[in-house]
Amino acid sequence: MVAAATHIPDWIVFGVSGVAILVGAVGVVLSRNPVHAALMLVLTLFGVAAEFINQQAHFLAAVQIIVYAGAIVILFLFVIMLLGVDREENIASEPLKGQRPAALVIGLVVLVELATITRFTDWASGAHSVAGTVSGPGENIQKLGQSIFTRYLFPFEITSVLLVIAVVGAVVLARRPHPVAGELTREEQEEVMQS
Amino acid sequence: MTVPGAWYLGLSALLFGIGATGLLIRRNVLVMFMCVELMLNAVNLTFITLARMLDDIGGQSSVFFVLVVAAAEVVVGLGIIVAIYRRRVGATADDLHVLKG
Repeated sequence: MVAAATHIPDWIVFGVSGVAILVGAVGVVLSRNPVHAALMLVLTLFGVAAEFINQQAHFLAAVQIIVYAGAIVILFLFVIMLLGVDREENIASEPLKGQRPAALVIGLVVLVELATITRFTDWASGAHSVAGTVSGPGENIQKLGQSIFTRYLFPFEITSVLLVIAVVGAVVLARRPHPVAGELTREEQEEVMQS
Repeated sequence: MTVPGAWYLGLSALLFGIGATGLLIRRNVLVMFMCVELMLNAVNLTFITLARMLDDIGGQSSVFFVLVVAAAEVVVGLGIIVAIYRRRVGATADDLHVLKG
């Protein structure tokens, strides 16, 4: 009974952060204002970080908050503010007829499929602790670092190439666009839309 | 094992389903992008859960790489969105049909 009682905090953390994840996710999908959607995304990310801590992934929980909530969502908010697209969007309009119901049906199919797979298939089969253990003595960050810098060293180096490509690509995309023959500029498009 | 792994897998399945539905429903490109982030997070949660169930640090290493790829993807994706907004007035997914054949 003592063992069961010590599990209660884990269940509480799982439940609370699970609710935060789902509320945030639904908020992202349903909020009209992109800024609200970004803030709801932060709620989801914090919930996922709490679930990481609940499963002995302490380093990744910190990275999750620093990289996702600290960098990616801030980047989203920057873009929203810079472009001035933080006005409310008319969610009800549906230019493509039947898109919403079809999307809901497909989403439900995906959900049922995933739930069935996770429920009826034992995914945790196969060899245990191939790349090293999660539990046992030692710090989580030390085990993760040893795994990345020995077994996964080559993929780690590849990610540096990927980051360089991303930075170069972002710089190229951010340059002022050259005028293309036959294409209206943004100002001309606005005039056409107003007239 | 305290909370069974199946509960976490169910939660991440729900999160993935919500993200996929949102990606299909919404027309604002930025919000669609956020839904992609939701799906990535669902997959990360699955990785961490299976790492714990199999007691294998490889799952956590995979999440590390997913985080790096997600960061690179956001940088390039938002760069493309900014470039589109600069050139065009309306930039919901429905306004960008000029690419269709």
